[in-house]
Amino acid sequence: MALDKTGIAKRIAQELQNGWYVNLGIGIPTLVANYIPEGIEVEFQSENGILGMGPFPFEGEEDPDLINAGKQTITVRAGASFFDSATSFAMIRGQHVQLTVLGAMEVSQNGDIANWKIPGKMVKGMGGAMDLVASAENIIVAMMHSNKAGESKILKACTLPLTGVGCVRKVVTELAVLEIRDGKFHLIERAPGVSVEEIISKTEGDLVVPEFVPEMTL
Amino acid sequence: MNKVVKDPAAALEGIQDGMTLMVGGFGLCGIPENSIAQLVQMGTKNLTCISNNAGVDDFGLGLLLQAKQVKKMVSSYVGENDEFERQMLSGELEVELIPQGSLAERCRAGGAGIPAFFTPAGYGTEVAEGKEVRVFNGKPHILENALTADFAIVKAWKGDTEGNLIYKATARNFNPMMAMAGKITIAEVEELVPAGTLDPNQIHTPGIFVQRIFQGEKFEKRIEQRTVRTKQ
Repeated sequence: MALDKTGIAKRIAQELQNGWYVNLGIGIPTLVANYIPEGIEVEFQSENGILGMGPFPFEGEEDPDLINAGKQTITVRAGASFFDSATSFAMIRGQHVQLTVLGAMEVSQNGDIANWKIPGKMVKGMGGAMDLVASAENIIVAMMHSNKAGESKILKACTLPLTGVGCVRKVVTELAVLEIRDGKFHLIERAPGVSVEEIISKTEGDLVVPEFVPEMTL
Repeated sequence: MNKVVKDPAAALEGIQDGMTLMVGGFGLCGIPENSIAQLVQMGTKNLTCISNNAGVDDFGLGLLLQAKQVKKMVSSYVGENDEFERQMLSGELEVELIPQGSLAERCRAGGAGIPAFFTPAGYGTEVAEGKEVRVFNGKPHILENALTADFAIVKAWKGDTEGNLIYKATARNFNPMMAMAGKITIAEVEELVPAGTLDPNQIHTPGIFVQRIFQGEKFEKRIEQRTVRTKQ
């Protein structure tokens, strides 16, 4: 069965390594913070100026001066720090952040990503996404394999305006874990109960399928 | 040097039609609420506003948009505002979208006397169109110019009569860089104290960057996304 959003977040959480500073985007990526594997210690960076972001506050303890990049009320953990936006992006551009997890509307087989604009329909802006994808060494994209019309979002080439070029290395969808290498998608794992055929049929980009494709363990 | 002015009207004196303003804040967090209300009252038109976001329909810079006082917005993210989207898609409002880190650095550079810098952000995208590209360490970068403004309006938690500022939590965001980049910088603070009260070790924005300071009468501090957990 295909994963739900929580499942995608749980699978991405398995990628976390001890001592990493991690930036989580809005949407599914935010959920990753709820599934940090036991024994792993990571710090979450929020680009509006926090290192050491904690969980949502208890009701009645919200502080309007303390929000995350999604403008949600938040708390901080012991040892947290606050800083301005230029310092925040110095951390990002300077590659002091080890992992970036973000959502996408489209990803292509050479690692291009589009997630900020649908011409004539939706223009919300790129926020920090262009800075993040241009500089991060390790980017995981959390997304659905197809759009609401059933069209694949895992493409030979992106059709929407790009956020970054050649930057994505790994994609986790409700169906599969894919790696991007040598201008192709490589099928690494499939969601529990999802067939290789289904993944092939829902992937428009070139997909390399090994003889044996393990199921994810969540 | 006493920088104190008595109210928002005195603080914003000199802002005229067609000027470029920097306005601090991230979402509705750390925005100069009292100054924005004053701008609406003044009715100044054809403004270019440099601000990370454009507020929501009925708060923050959304109030200036509603009153059609803004000719151009320079921002990184403008979701959460229907009136903004309508004006932009209909062509009434000119919009320049800039990657958030580049926006922050362009303001910082403007205040720091650095005319331009290279960044990898936006290479290969619409943002790079018409910009010089240069390769450093095997990686392409684009040239981004510094930004300055006729007036920068920032919001701080505490300030003193010399214009020294301390921000609270994530209400800091773009305020320190914008304070540096304004030809005239106006600081609105929650608490204004006499010089010597704040610990010099704790100052975020030194008073040299601030020309006028006043204590805001009230701060609504609206929350955009109230998220909580329940006690177990």
